[in-house]
Amino acid sequence: MNKLELQKKAVAVRKDIVTAVHSAKAGHPGGSLSAADIFTYLYFEEMHIDPANPKWEDRDRFVLSKGHTAPGLYSALAERGYFPVEQLKTLRHIGSILQGHPDMKHIPGVDMSSGSLGQGLSAAVGMALAAKMKGKNYRTYCLCGDGEIQEGQIWEAAMFAGARKLDNLLVIVDNNNLQIDGSVAEVCSPYPIADKFEAFNFHVIEINGNDFDEIHQAFEKAKATKGMPTAIIAHTVKGKGVSFMEDQVGWHGKAPNDEEYEQAMQELEKAGEALC
Amino acid sequence: MLGDKIATRDSYGNALVELGKEHDNLIVLDADLAAATKTGIFKKAFPDRHIDCGIAECNMAGIAAGMSTAGYVPFMSSFAMFAAGRAFEQIRNSIGYPHLNVKIGATHAGISVGEDGATHQCNEDIALMRAIPGMTVINPCDDVEARAAVKAAFDYNGPCYLRFGRLAVPVLNDEETYHFELGKGVELRDGKDITIIATGLCVSESMEAAKLLAADGIEAQVINIHTIKPIDEEIIVAAAKKTGRIFTVEEHSIIGGLGSAVAEVLIEQSPTKMSRIGVRDTFGESGPAKDLLHKYGLDAEGIYNQIKVQL
Repeated sequence: MNKLELQKKAVAVRKDIVTAVHSAKAGHPGGSLSAADIFTYLYFEEMHIDPANPKWEDRDRFVLSKGHTAPGLYSALAERGYFPVEQLKTLRHIGSILQGHPDMKHIPGVDMSSGSLGQGLSAAVGMALAAKMKGKNYRTYCLCGDGEIQEGQIWEAAMFAGARKLDNLLVIVDNNNLQIDGSVAEVCSPYPIADKFEAFNFHVIEINGNDFDEIHQAFEKAKATKGMPTAIIAHTVKGKGVSFMEDQVGWHGKAPNDEEYEQAMQELEKAGEALC
Repeated sequence: MLGDKIATRDSYGNALVELGKEHDNLIVLDADLAAATKTGIFKKAFPDRHIDCGIAECNMAGIAAGMSTAGYVPFMSSFAMFAAGRAFEQIRNSIGYPHLNVKIGATHAGISVGEDGATHQCNEDIALMRAIPGMTVINPCDDVEARAAVKAAFDYNGPCYLRFGRLAVPVLNDEETYHFELGKGVELRDGKDITIIATGLCVSESMEAAKLLAADGIEAQVINIHTIKPIDEEIIVAAAKKTGRIFTVEEHSIIGGLGSAVAEVLIEQSPTKMSRIGVRDTFGESGPAKDLLHKYGLDAEGIYNQIKVQL
């Protein structure tokens, strides 16, 4: 996809996120919206996948380590054709496959169950190591939150990935600066994030994670990097695309009411029209 | 050989090598304890399929989960304390919830760890692991059973917790005739007066205790429960109906282990007077394994005494 097509698709993904969370009356719009461009790029440009064959052995893998932003992943999957977009409205409803956090057993396209923070990167490392041992060419992508990296297990996994030179692994940190209790810097600062990953023998790239040009360049550099894993520190805006949610900690884990939903959808509609 | 003394952790290492010869997709993960867990035996035979994760058990559990999604059958190995204990939530959420085909080989379970003391003596692992939906929990009693259990765990598609010990224990089962069936209890001794239901290294001690009881005119039926979950309800209920008096014996806390599992079956299906013999809501301590088993009443003499007091 070209940049304009990606931008349009990202608007669709953002609408899906807001719609799903509104329908669920619960969920995490802030971190889903901040990473919407990354989800879009992964599923519409980067990854070698086949929605008709979600378990294809040679597919690229994606692990959403910050599993609470499932609405973002589900929206990208639905837009890509893994299941009907209409089904997103069943998010978090009883009996729905669309659990509050990713469930690999029931949702087509979900490569790993996740949601308990800090655990997804280890699974992604296992997938990347398996590819190395089997001589497979698939790549593994893992999206972490900037609050999530306060979990010690992230650094256990990073140490292992660096030590094993897993250059088929790409870690993306959605650095939107906010977590439930406030700014990440105030709660328990993970900064400097880039230096930390470098110290764990990663190739580190810092980008604006809401800019497709920068996302594209970084992903290409990551693929060209051999002998070490890459970490992209994606500077993003939490709640990106919905004015009243942007950079607001209160929208980490709250659903919009009917009025807020209408406003959000109108804003996204306009954003979409501006791209036409 | 019958009568030999072999630690089930050795059985684990040896069984991995045997299975590894037949199955290329079997891999072993360890967390800097390969010499102690005996996965070092596998490492020597198949260095490319042994992954030392360093001292990071939670990460090891996640790596095992990820590798299983790519078709490998990982055996992640550590001491029971650091596998079931430290990595509990990783095992629950990254392995149990998606029901991944990961085997957890946990050695150094119970107080028979010995000299290392309470921090390393896990008496809670059966309770933790059997509470996870869909987790199979196996606690073999000797070398023959342990090696068979590793093979059965490999053949079973799903998460499985295997509990092994550090202490060399007598070989009770005859390899020529032994058959391991997941989820099936085994009657090792017939008796009409009481039933002793035991697991792990307490099985051989219970067999010895039964001899002491027989000298007093008490005929004890002895049942070996190697699979704590799914537990063999049929054999437990039948024993309760037959003797009407149940004793459970385990090298584990009386809270949440075999005793609890048996009580859960009986209270719903055939309420029967029963007593739990095990570690009584306390931490262990340093000392030679044999001395500890004696002090905590889990050797033949201790089991015999605790049964006699209650009859």
